[in-house]
Amino acid sequence: MRNYLEFEKGLAEIEGKAEELRAMARQNPEMDVEDEAAALDTKADALLAELYGELTPWRKCQVARHPDRPHCKDYIEALFQEYTPLAGDRNFADDHAIMGGLARFNDRPVVVIGHEKGHDTNTRIERNFGMARPEGYRKATRLMDLADRFKLPVITIVDTQGAYPGKGAEERGQSEAIARATEKCLQIGVPLIAVIIGEGGSGGAVAFAAADKLAMLEHSVYSVISPEGCAAILWKDSEKMREAAEALRLTAQDLEKLSVADLVIPEPVGGAHRGRADTIEAVGNAIEGLLEGLADEDGADLIAARRKRFLDLGRSAIML
Amino acid sequence: MNWISNYVRPKINSIFSRREVPDNLWTKCPECGTMLFHRELRAAQNTCPSCDHHMHIPPRARFEALFDGGIFSEITVDEPQVDPLAFKDQKRYPDRLKDAKKKTSETDAMLVAEGEIGRTKIVACAQDFSFMGGSMGMYVGNAIIAAAEAAVARKCPLVLFSAAGGARMQEGILSLMQMPRTTVAVQMLKEAGLPYIVVLTHPTTGGVTASYAMLGDIHIAEPNALIAFAGTRVIEQTIREKLPEGFQRAEYLLDHGMLDRVTHRTQMKGELVSILRMLMRDTPPIMGDLPKPAEEAEPQAAAEEA
Ligand SMILES: [Zn+2]
Repeated sequence: MRNYLEFEKGLAEIEGKAEELRAMARQNPEMDVEDEAAALDTKADALLAELYGELTPWRKCQVARHPDRPHCKDYIEALFQEYTPLAGDRNFADDHAIMGGLARFNDRPVVVIGHEKGHDTNTRIERNFGMARPEGYRKATRLMDLADRFKLPVITIVDTQGAYPGKGAEERGQSEAIARATEKCLQIGVPLIAVIIGEGGSGGAVAFAAADKLAMLEHSVYSVISPEGCAAILWKDSEKMREAAEALRLTAQDLEKLSVADLVIPEPVGGAHRGRADTIEAVGNAIEGLLEGLADEDGADLIAARRKRFLDLGRSAIML
Repeated sequence: MNWISNYVRPKINSIFSRREVPDNLWTKCPECGTMLFHRELRAAQNTCPSCDHHMHIPPRARFEALFDGGIFSEITVDEPQVDPLAFKDQKRYPDRLKDAKKKTSETDAMLVAEGEIGRTKIVACAQDFSFMGGSMGMYVGNAIIAAAEAAVARKCPLVLFSAAGGARMQEGILSLMQMPRTTVAVQMLKEAGLPYIVVLTHPTTGGVTASYAMLGDIHIAEPNALIAFAGTRVIEQTIREKLPEGFQRAEYLLDHGMLDRVTHRTQMKGELVSILRMLMRDTPPIMGDLPKPAEEAEPQAAAEEA
């Protein structure tokens, strides 16, 4: 069963009809439906291309959150070898919303860290829907430190609606944990590459994304607040999320123009979930390219350039 | 630069402009209801002498009370490009900015100054909650960088008074990027071996708490200040339970290990001087203050007293 988004309703009908015809034909072999079904396929492809040719920012948010999109775990399994998860913050717990550990990326030993949302009810609950608690950020800080000491590049895979707003999370210092992870990102003398594969939600994303290079999938988003949250505060109406998504400039395309993202990785027509393997491969190629570009930099230069990158955001002219 | 030649004299009407308090020399404490005479309230730095409630204090008034003799010199902050996203909600962002400037007579939500406290040279910055909720945009980022650079250049500590609802949504991702950006500013101080003290005031929440406000060498909060990452309502909606009394308040954070101290506003200066001089391995504080510049007469108040 394919999951359809609200704006894909028309598409769901056409694809559903084609599927129905083929199912009927399987039961009645004398029926010839292929011409009709193929015509529906063509129609569906055209509609898909049309819909995804110009996604509004709010639709991009929906695509970025699509439950069938490949998640962190899928990327780690497909792109990394010898993945060895390393658990815990050495203080309180291991946060399952954050995956992380040692791995090889195209033979190179690296540290990989990312938010994992889960893919069904059980794993979503286990992963807390990709919303990390302080333990998760502290685990990430610890792993970045490890990478720094052993001179391993760090690759982060960002996909979270935000840090978890919970009682315990606040009591254990969610703010401090995020601030320290961000600080660690800016301190390590090894290449740090971040890829936003879906949602880059506010401080919970920044903590992993204060990187040398930031790549974003074509339909991923990165924002200071969710469109719904922004609409509730500024429009006093959470139904104004379309307007808020528009105003916030949260698409990968806008972020590249704002020099926040360095690279936009194209997705298959219809989004990453309609071509999971191709998407994952494209992300792998992007990471390889970015890592290769930083291979000759020494630690101090990396840190200096990374800091300058952020210092400049507010100094240099911005054009959209 | 000779800062003494550039000092700012405290103005009698800066805390309570006549526009805000027309024909009224009394303020009612919102907490205990006591009627407080303005001079009394000002002497207590906008804290209530009967219940210790800490009211809002604008950065300029705070600095006048903080710096020796009320003398400080403002550090210029580069103004960033205005409204690069052309953000419009129910109002245009430039219009919101204009309103906030008019309301506060300030450029943006952070004031940076240098001077002496207890004869100890410092750079201070104070966030202005009355300017668009103190929100952190590129100007606030520039202010913190300017403050850190000034402190490094003068080899003196930085004291930062935080107060903000969070990031400035009207600057979109550029406001979010102030989190790593201000973190770099904090790193400049740490690498120069200079103390960075954060005084968290009511309220300090969101991306501000999750960046420079939680990276101090020492964290001091004002009593009962709300200090949080996520909003109380958001948490209640998420976990569907009522939160305990005092949750996310300064004393609660102190109990949970997130703060070093909770200190009354009127005690803050003495405490800062003492801590800073120890961290700078300086001699014990010299008690006593520079003489305060003569204040202009307050005719209405005088009449009232007579
Ligand atoms: Zn009172």
